[in-house]
Amino acid sequence: MDYLAAAFQAAFELIVSFDADLWEIVALSLRVSLTAVLIAALIGLPLGAAVALFAFPGRGALIVLLNALMGLPPVVVGLVVYLFLSRAGPLGVLNLLFSPTAMIIAQVILVLPIVAALTRQVIEDLWSEYREQLVSLGAGPARAIPTLLWDGRVTLVTAILAGFGRASAEVGAVMIVGGNIDHVTRVMTTTIALETSKGALPLALGLGILLLLLTLLINAAAEGVRRYARARLA
Amino acid sequence: MKTLLAFVAAAMLVATGVQADDKFITVASTTSTKNSGLLDFLLPTFQEETGIEVRVVAVGTGKALQQARDGDADVLLVHAKAREEKFVEEGFGVERFDVMYNDFVVVGPAGDPAGVAGKRDAAAALTMIAETESVFASRGDDSGTHTKERNLWAAAGVDVEAASGTWYRETGSGMGATLNTGIGMGAYVLTDRATWISFENKADHEVLVEGDPELFNQYGVILVNPEKHPHVKADMGQSFVDWLTGDAGQGLIADYELNDQQLFFPNAKKGES
Repeated sequence: MDYLAAAFQAAFELIVSFDADLWEIVALSLRVSLTAVLIAALIGLPLGAAVALFAFPGRGALIVLLNALMGLPPVVVGLVVYLFLSRAGPLGVLNLLFSPTAMIIAQVILVLPIVAALTRQVIEDLWSEYREQLVSLGAGPARAIPTLLWDGRVTLVTAILAGFGRASAEVGAVMIVGGNIDHVTRVMTTTIALETSKGALPLALGLGILLLLLTLLINAAAEGVRRYARARLA
Repeated sequence: MKTLLAFVAAAMLVATGVQADDKFITVASTTSTKNSGLLDFLLPTFQEETGIEVRVVAVGTGKALQQARDGDADVLLVHAKAREEKFVEEGFGVERFDVMYNDFVVVGPAGDPAGVAGKRDAAAALTMIAETESVFASRGDDSGTHTKERNLWAAAGVDVEAASGTWYRETGSGMGATLNTGIGMGAYVLTDRATWISFENKADHEVLVEGDPELFNQYGVILVNPEKHPHVKADMGQSFVDWLTGDAGQGLIADYELNDQQLFFPNAKKGES
């Protein structure tokens, strides 16, 4: 119980001290994860909708694959991205290893299947509901995609939040491809891992509490937007 | 859609913005130099004097060597002399220089079930741990400390592979994580002294075995060979090597203290290697 009390005290001190190093870490965490989620959403939303609406050979297999990839282990993604970006790897010339960009790439790979798979489900449900209506208006699957994505936007926010949760919580991938370099690639989760390895358990847990608070804030903001949108719809 | 694409492009630019500044080198080093706070103490001065930023990736010696082999680091600062010399022999490094040393210690629970407290002979102490089958937590991660530990077991004539999973437990993780695990299990652990002094979760564990010359822990620095990897920042890397083995770096290493204890002892031999 001592640990828990010390952790809450550490979290409180971290917040009130407004430590510049800490806010640099928080800012980088948000920048990396939000960028990754944005990119994953831009690809994943249309991709998921397309898989939902178009009939093509291997569609069933693709759906299974997308669903399965939601469970990609971050450490494996990190390792694969590392091997590609290493100087000894095929993309080594880009000189991206141990940079925030490398971390974003790894997180896009982690988040994309989540956004795409959940979008697929949402759009498929909407399509079965509105199919006749849309077809009678002369809208084929291709033209229905933007309409359905717009119609499902309130639900799709949850898909994107699930993706953000995945990105902001993982440590395995960003640790490997980012290297946890101070002032360059150090984010909240890698800092927590580092402080744990130093035996500074209360500080590590305090940082964890802070990360949880941030996640809460972002989800609350999303919920606010969703309620606003729903009110406007009604 | 166009505005969205522009936004993504802008976001990517922001994301990659940090890399525009090229005046930095990447140093692959071990967790002990990083977790003990030594590098955080040294590097600001180096950056002030030379304008070169040093980005440290702290991993086990095995991974650090591999990273340098792949060309993903400019300078290597590790502690496994035989493997460092092999690295240079194979042409991956330019030359190896001694930098500093500290020592390894065996820490264990205050209860000391194997009765090794006060022993100087490390191999004999390990033999006693093996004979009483007292729990021992090993790094098991191919690091410099792990290499040293395996050599000590070999000297003690104990086959730890056979005991793995029983009283001999390999955590497969870094020094700090292994200490956390070992302390949780009431196990003996071989650790470098710097990490131990700076470690904050000691619980009832204390240093039980120390002072054996076999526990000597030498650190070396190597510039990755630009002939193998042309993109290596040889000039800036060399200035770091020179600085670390020169008066300024050596003086600062000697100055670094934690809890009133000196953690590393500089021993670079200038003009020779």
